[in-house]
Amino acid sequence: MTRGAMKRGALNLRSSPILLPWLLLLWPTGASAHILGDQAGGFVSGFEHPISGLDHIVAMVSVGLWGAQLGPPAIWLLPVTFPIVMAFGGMLGLMGVPLPGTEIGIALSAVGLGAVVATQARPPLWVAAVLVGFFAIFHGHAHGTELPPDESGVLYSIGFVMATGLLHLCGIGIGLIHRWKAGELTMRLGGVGVAITGCVFLWDALT
Amino acid sequence: MAVATPAQAHLMNSGFGPFYDGLAHPLLSPEDLLPAVAMTLLAGLGGVRPGRFVLAILPAAWLVGMVAGWAIGLPGAPAWLTAVVTALLGALVASDLRLPLAVVIAVAAALGTLHGYDNGRDLAATAGALVAIAGIACSLFAIVSLLAGQVAVLRAQWARLAVRISGSWIAAIGLLMLGWSTRS
Repeated sequence: MTRGAMKRGALNLRSSPILLPWLLLLWPTGASAHILGDQAGGFVSGFEHPISGLDHIVAMVSVGLWGAQLGPPAIWLLPVTFPIVMAFGGMLGLMGVPLPGTEIGIALSAVGLGAVVATQARPPLWVAAVLVGFFAIFHGHAHGTELPPDESGVLYSIGFVMATGLLHLCGIGIGLIHRWKAGELTMRLGGVGVAITGCVFLWDALT
Repeated sequence: MAVATPAQAHLMNSGFGPFYDGLAHPLLSPEDLLPAVAMTLLAGLGGVRPGRFVLAILPAAWLVGMVAGWAIGLPGAPAWLTAVVTALLGALVASDLRLPLAVVIAVAAALGTLHGYDNGRDLAATAGALVAIAGIACSLFAIVSLLAGQVAVLRAQWARLAVRISGSWIAAIGLLMLGWSTRS
């Protein structure tokens, strides 16, 4: 294969099969629905959990939006940091370690992430990663403690990690519009919207 | 306790016989599939050579482990260990650390033997266990060859990045499996 045939960044058939491992992981849903009964419910309820709360959705999409604004390497580092630290929080939740103020933390994450998108804040990379990680713990803990009884913890975990990653991807996808002036402005306004939503949830959580 | 649950959950009856139950088993068991996928991604990122070695070694070690577990029947690896190994392998994929070939081979052999042992042990009580064992080994060989083959030829940076991100998801799931293993 000559160099010319592999354009840098081009979507070609050789690269697209990378979806295969993730298709393999989706397999359990189909087969398990018939065979394993409730256990399969674990994956579905896990997948639904992040998207069942507007507070979760806006925060996770915002991580993708901010990554898109900051560009590489943040564009992939932030959506990698969030799930890993979130998993740590989820692990604590599954283990029964209490974390005070989870709802407040989640609401604050929407406020904070909305604010950085609105202002296009450009802190050093490590600061961004720490901020994202700090918020991720609250989200993860919430997912971990809200595992429905009698459902497979492992499948639930796979579900919510995948849903989170896909929400980040949505944010990154939406974030592609920032190349245009109008798109950039729209994203910043979106950030304002997220921050306001966060304030509403914060009010809810505090009262 | 940690072993009983997999035995109930995954020893399903496909109706096609033990070989097909074996074929389906790795695909339906995240505790086995995730570390196997992570190992394969790690090998594939290293290139064609590690990929070939893991293709030869992982299913073979798994097979050896399964027969040993079936024959010996002593308790195998605890769930927390499987979780930690999964998390570490995912982290290695995410970091794209280039490991020496000898290390990759050793890890694949150890991983296969460990997981195979648990599978074989779970199967010990069932009829057609050795046939199911053969099915599991074949299924793993297919999974590793498809995955490693595709990952090893990836040149585009974004494609390698997608593999690394998949690794980070596996690491995250491994952490959660660790938390889950402390319950029940």
